[in-house]
Amino acid sequence: MSVPPAAFLAAGTILFVIGLVGALLKRNALSIFLSIELMMNAVNLLFLTYGRMRGDPSSHVIVFFVIAIAAAEAAVGLAVFVALFRSRQTIEVDRVNLLKW
Amino acid sequence: MTSLWWIPVLPLLGFVVNGAVALASSSRRARRGERGGPLPYGERLFHGLVGVGTVGASGVLAFAALVPWTQQSLAGGALPVVETVFRWMFAGDFSVDVAFRLDALSALMLSFVTFVGTLIHLYSVGYMQEEEGYGRYFAFLNLFMFAMLTLVLGANLPVLFIGWEGVGLCSYLLIGYYYDKDFAVAAGKKAFVVNRVGDVGFVLGIFGVLALFGTTDFSFLEAARHQIVSDTAPLSVYAVCLLLFLGACGKSAQVPLYVWLPDAMAGPTPVSALIHAATMVTAGVYLVARTSTVFVLAPDAMTLVAWVGAGTAIFAATIGLAQNDIKKVLAYSTVSQLGYMFLACGVGAFAAGMFHVFTHAFFKACLFLGSGSVIHAMHHEQDMRKMGGLAPRVPQTFRTMLVATLAISGIVPLAGFFSKDQILGSVAAAGQWTLYAVGVLTAAMTAFYMFRLVRMTFAGEFRGTHEQEHHVHESPATMTVPLWILAAGSAVAGFIWVPFGVSSLLPRFLAPALAEVPEHEMSHGAELGLMALSLGAAIAGIALAVRWYTGRPAPEHAAHKPAEEIVVSPAAAAFCERTGALGTMIKNKWNVDEGIEAVVLGPFRSIGRFLWKGFDALFIDGIANASAFLVELTGDLLRFFTTGNVRNYALGFTLGVLFLVAYALFR
Repeated sequence: MSVPPAAFLAAGTILFVIGLVGALLKRNALSIFLSIELMMNAVNLLFLTYGRMRGDPSSHVIVFFVIAIAAAEAAVGLAVFVALFRSRQTIEVDRVNLLKW
Repeated sequence: MTSLWWIPVLPLLGFVVNGAVALASSSRRARRGERGGPLPYGERLFHGLVGVGTVGASGVLAFAALVPWTQQSLAGGALPVVETVFRWMFAGDFSVDVAFRLDALSALMLSFVTFVGTLIHLYSVGYMQEEEGYGRYFAFLNLFMFAMLTLVLGANLPVLFIGWEGVGLCSYLLIGYYYDKDFAVAAGKKAFVVNRVGDVGFVLGIFGVLALFGTTDFSFLEAARHQIVSDTAPLSVYAVCLLLFLGACGKSAQVPLYVWLPDAMAGPTPVSALIHAATMVTAGVYLVARTSTVFVLAPDAMTLVAWVGAGTAIFAATIGLAQNDIKKVLAYSTVSQLGYMFLACGVGAFAAGMFHVFTHAFFKACLFLGSGSVIHAMHHEQDMRKMGGLAPRVPQTFRTMLVATLAISGIVPLAGFFSKDQILGSVAAAGQWTLYAVGVLTAAMTAFYMFRLVRMTFAGEFRGTHEQEHHVHESPATMTVPLWILAAGSAVAGFIWVPFGVSSLLPRFLAPALAEVPEHEMSHGAELGLMALSLGAAIAGIALAVRWYTGRPAPEHAAHKPAEEIVVSPAAAAFCERTGALGTMIKNKWNVDEGIEAVVLGPFRSIGRFLWKGFDALFIDGIANASAFLVELTGDLLRFFTTGNVRNYALGFTLGVLFLVAYALFR
């Protein structure tokens, strides 16, 4: 017996919305970052589901690429947070708002 | 006889060499920190040699070309020689060559332009030796000769126009020669601007000729002679003649465009002699005579030419009566004599007009150079009220000027008598008795103001300061020799129209180049009577001037008074008093400058100020400022979106993506 694709699609969509809400509402940069990771994995899940529905294995390849790039991006992002914390003693995004007119 | 083009090009070479050396020299002096003062002898010698040499050589070439041609022409007719140097421009059927043409008219002009030009260059060697800009002066004078010779030799109207504008440019440069003096700069600008008014007419006239005849080459003159005129042209012959005449009026200082010429006296005196008396200002007469075959097709235009000429002649003569600046008298005299020339052209006596151009070049150049010699002797004093009694002190200047004065007054047998009498005779023969009366009256006035000039300058007792009296000296030989040659020319130049009548030398020579106008026959007796009348008028004018301006005794303390307070002739002052308003008007030069200021320049300035303050500053700048303001306002509003808060940006992204998705789904 197999799980129907609709369940995967529903799970992926729910995960994406949770990630989106988290990214928009959280103040801590790390939390935002985690939310973004969550959105990315939700997208991966949806992508694989659609690939499976189409019977197309190449979706796995692309998802691996996304995971690899996400890992690199996580490293860069965390390094930015460390540097930011060293200079401002906070990673609250509401207090890092110098990039404006 | 194949090198006509060398004639204008030689002075051009002189200009290049003199100009380059003068520039190098002045920048070297500036580097060394030297300022002012005359040039060293070596440089002066170089500039003088190049200046006089190139013009003299071009004169020799000119005579080498024109003498054989003239002989051939008088012997049995010679065709005009046209020498094409290169094709200048072409478009479809239309083409213009840079070409030079030797015919009767240009031969006559060429003869005195190079002759008088060379003498005046020679004179300048002495006159200008104290001046700082010696090299610059000779460079410009050479450039002028190039332009003038191009004007005279040009074989089509565009080439003539190049010369025409070239002489205008040199006139401007040389009037403003003393560029550190405001009045000289203003005078140069005035000359240039007033000439532009005339040149608009000339340029349009050239287009008109092109429309009428399909070519600007002087071959159109023959077409006009045979009345081969395009009847589909947008302009009538009359309009074209008026346009050409407008150009001639500007260059030859006719009413109402004469105002620049008296001011042009701000330039060095040899320049006044060469450009503003002998050569350039006669270019307008030359143009009218050159296009005479077109002018005779429009009798109304001819009438206008005659009336403008006569009006200018008497108008300028009245102003000349009361001028006290020696050069201003001569300037108004020049305007007046140019009026005579146009009068002659207007009644169809083109040959007589050109004859007066020819003789006038000699006596007026002599008079101007003489006045230059006087000014030189008086240490740059130009006001005749501060002169007097100069005859024994500058005897050569006095004698030569006296000859030229007698010539311009029209005394037998000097040059002016023949040419002026020929003009007046032609006017009378044409039956224009009003114009004739104006002419005779002008002749009397001419004699009066010229002898007034001579008497105020040379007769009686000295009225200047003691310092000036001590300084007075005769000029060097480079100045007196040209004076004597020109005086001799003033004496004998008239004999090229002897014996009288149509069969004499000059009219027979000029006939092929001019329009044929039906001859009005006059009896020999009437001719002699008219001659006696104009001679009588001249003698009356002279007698009055001699009677009034004795110059003796000098007014008390004249040496210490400003010129305005010196009354040279109590009799003339009393007469002026009696004439009342008329006398005042004449003294004020009929308020023409003020009138032009009020009627033309004032409104122009108002329009200019409106366009500047109203249109440009408010409207044009307003558009620019408003658009800048709009951009600034937009930016001010939009920058509130740039909060610097990452979460706001994230929300922006999200909304944007949602919008795109919604668009993709529901469009």
